Amino acid sequence: MTPLLHARDVRVTSAAGVLVSGAGLTVAPGETVAVVGESGSGKSMTARALTGLLPEGVRATGRLELSGQAYDLAAARTPWQHIRGSRIALLLQDPFTSLSPVHRCGEQIGWALPRAGRAAGIARLLDEVGLPAEVAGRYPFQLSGGMRQRVAIAAALAAGPDLLIADEPTTALDVTTQHEVLELVAGLQRARHMGLILITHDLRLARARADRIMVMYAGRLVEEGPAAQVMDHPAHPYTARLAACDPPVTHRLPALPTIPGAVPRPYEVGGACAFADRCELAVEACRTAEPALAEVARGHRAACVRPSDVRPVAVPPLAVPPAAAVAPEAGPAPALLTVRGLTKRFPGASAQALDAVDLRIAAGEAVAVVGESGSGKTTLARCVVGLERPDGGSVEFGGGATGPRRVQYVFQDPYSALNPGLTVGASLAEALKAAGRPRSEARSDVPGLLDLVGLPAAYARRRPAALSGGERQRVAIARALAPGAELLVCDEPVSALDVSVQAQVLNLLSDLRRELGLTLLFITHDLAVARQVADRVYVMRRGRVVETGPVGGVLGAPAHEYTQRLLASVPAATRAE
Amino acid sequence: MSRAVLAFALRRAAATLALLFALSLLVFALLYLAPGDVARNLLGTRNVTPEALARIRELYHLDEPFLAQYWWWLSHAVTGDFGTSIRTGGQVGPLLLDRTGVTAATAGLAFLLSVLAGVPAGIATAVRRGRPLDRAIVAASVAGVGAPGFAVGLILLYVFALGLGWFPVYGTGEGFLDALWHLVLPAVALAFGLGAFVVKLTRAAVIRELDQDYVTFARGRGLSERRVLRLVLRNAAIPIVTSLGLMVAYLFGGTVLIEVTFALPGLGSLVEESVLFKDIPVVQALTLVVALVVSVTALAVDLSYLAIDPRVRTRAVRR
Repeated sequence: MTPLLHARDVRVTSAAGVLVSGAGLTVAPGETVAVVGESGSGKSMTARALTGLLPEGVRATGRLELSGQAYDLAAARTPWQHIRGSRIALLLQDPFTSLSPVHRCGEQIGWALPRAGRAAGIARLLDEVGLPAEVAGRYPFQLSGGMRQRVAIAAALAAGPDLLIADEPTTALDVTTQHEVLELVAGLQRARHMGLILITHDLRLARARADRIMVMYAGRLVEEGPAAQVMDHPAHPYTARLAACDPPVTHRLPALPTIPGAVPRPYEVGGACAFADRCELAVEACRTAEPALAEVARGHRAACVRPSDVRPVAVPPLAVPPAAAVAPEAGPAPALLTVRGLTKRFPGASAQALDAVDLRIAAGEAVAVVGESGSGKTTLARCVVGLERPDGGSVEFGGGATGPRRVQYVFQDPYSALNPGLTVGASLAEALKAAGRPRSEARSDVPGLLDLVGLPAAYARRRPAALSGGERQRVAIARALAPGAELLVCDEPVSALDVSVQAQVLNLLSDLRRELGLTLLFITHDLAVARQVADRVYVMRRGRVVETGPVGGVLGAPAHEYTQRLLASVPAATRAE
Repeated sequence: MSRAVLAFALRRAAATLALLFALSLLVFALLYLAPGDVARNLLGTRNVTPEALARIRELYHLDEPFLAQYWWWLSHAVTGDFGTSIRTGGQVGPLLLDRTGVTAATAGLAFLLSVLAGVPAGIATAVRRGRPLDRAIVAASVAGVGAPGFAVGLILLYVFALGLGWFPVYGTGEGFLDALWHLVLPAVALAFGLGAFVVKLTRAAVIRELDQDYVTFARGRGLSERRVLRLVLRNAAIPIVTSLGLMVAYLFGGTVLIEVTFALPGLGSLVEESVLFKDIPVVQALTLVVALVVSVTALAVDLSYLAIDPRVRTRAVRR
């Protein structure tokens, strides 16, 4: 059977250098291929190259065959107008930005339809993605994220593509919505016998949804093969390590496996295995030449010189009780933070952001608040630190009111949380001075703070732009620790980070807890992260706490219907039954 | 929905009225802020005799409290009676009316020219970002924004009126076509800087939209470039309309110098003459007229959002 899509030697280059070097890709009709990688792996660039939608200044070379018809990716005359839409459609990550804000949804879906019978076509497509026909008359801003992504899917399918490329289609959505949208895409794919390329950072999701998995690292294809084969018998050390970094939701690990170091830029690697510097198995041969993809089993290929030595990283299979020294499980530990009956409604909003929320954190405890967007979890955190003023209720800190020196906040996005104009050292010194340290002392304390978060002292002279996401989040944590705070409020501190970096930051937080006796209030949408971090968990929905208890109990045997639904939506849990 | 939109429009109109009311108070206070005795100021260069002063005091109710005077002035001003000009001794209202036509025609023509040339040029540069045409137009628009209007006017006069003799040097002309003929050079001089500004803001707005995800997605699902451009322009219209509204205020500043350069008897030259002559009643009236035009434009821009941006429409209804 001729494959639907067959791409060879796809190279993407920018002014800085190579972004993707020689990736190849084959998709059969009805098949799902997942392209997995962390940021900088070149997975999105590959998708853009296959649709001729590379950003300004970025070029592709290579060959693309669609149902046997060959095109040259480098040629200016490639008829993308005829390829996009009816043959390949590209679905983007963020449904909040991928639709025009000033056009009605029906209009946007209808543009790709012939004028005759357009209204009927729109209604049919809306029905296909499970939306009522009246959505056609609505504007995107009147819909929820999940509904918008459904509208986007309907628009992408309007021209009847043979192949859908979905670039992180659910990353911007809530867990339960993610599950629904992925189910929808899978159903549409079956019904239309459509090929699907799923670009994702999430190995677990790839395994649950894809027939074949391709793993990319630093612009190179390092492993490809049947999904189960790649996950169960990885032949590239990166795949094995990456899979292990993903925290399980079923039990707590004493420490999360990590990959030391960071992803190099593709054009800085040269003639060597891009993973060699972070690899335990690396030998001389890895550093002298770039390993070629070689078959390790039928249909399973890896770019590694020692594929037979690669083993899945052993992860303790059974529950480990929370580190005993840390968990104040027994005994009535004194409460460090007590929140009583907190209520908040934003002006103009129809629903309560917080509706009589009670929360108690004992000294030295780690408490996670989990929930989807709009659950009020971030508003709760902001009320605790005083960034938001509650309408009613009280926040007591060790018997008194909270103050900046005792409570500190770590923000979600490390890219915007640091002042880009200040060096790391100046940012930290500023935080120390704000905490009342004299100027001279503030300067000399900076190396100690950096050491605390595992960064070399020389980083004090760098600016945030020269740091990776994980390093920036470490600096942000160091800044929060500067005033000697007792309670750290972390608002989704790892959700903007890659999986391997996420594991490093989570381990850092648990080390800091042990060393400094820190108390953590951890806001997250990710149940697996909550499982790894917290002693107790609060589940929030629409401004209310619906369930609370020890993390093992709540996530192991959820009592509330909503918690059960959240758990059922986690990809690994779906597969484990 | 439409009733809520109407209510929003009425609320905005009421707010504009309130603003104008506050402005009128400030404008009236001009009389008092000007140095010297009010009655002497109002007498201007006429002979200062005790009788004349007394007559002025009576005429302008200067013996009454400030607010009463203000009320008396305002109640006349709204009917178009701004008192008498110190300089000419004639009524301010008819004087203003007499001068408005030329200014409105010049400013309107300049606005039209700059939008008709600037918006398409801005779109063309944005779509061809980084290519030679873009570079050339951007360079020209930098020069246009930088060059003062009166200097451009002088060059135009020198080349096209004195040198080539294609256009008249000064005056307003007789009849519609001739008047238009006379206004071409002043309008072009005024439109030069304005148009350059329109190019820059249109380019920025369109480029911003071209970089949005919805453009990539539109292309990614096979929509034609024509359709994509229409999509982009519909979104870029919001910032462009806002900026065009702001330009109206700028237009009035520019027209003063242009009218002086081309010896046009418009509001601009009236401003110049009146300020130099300390003709306070005329300055008051002119300030109020400009305030009226600017705030009515702002109102029009606000109301145009209702048509262009459904998000504003929804928010307006909800409030």
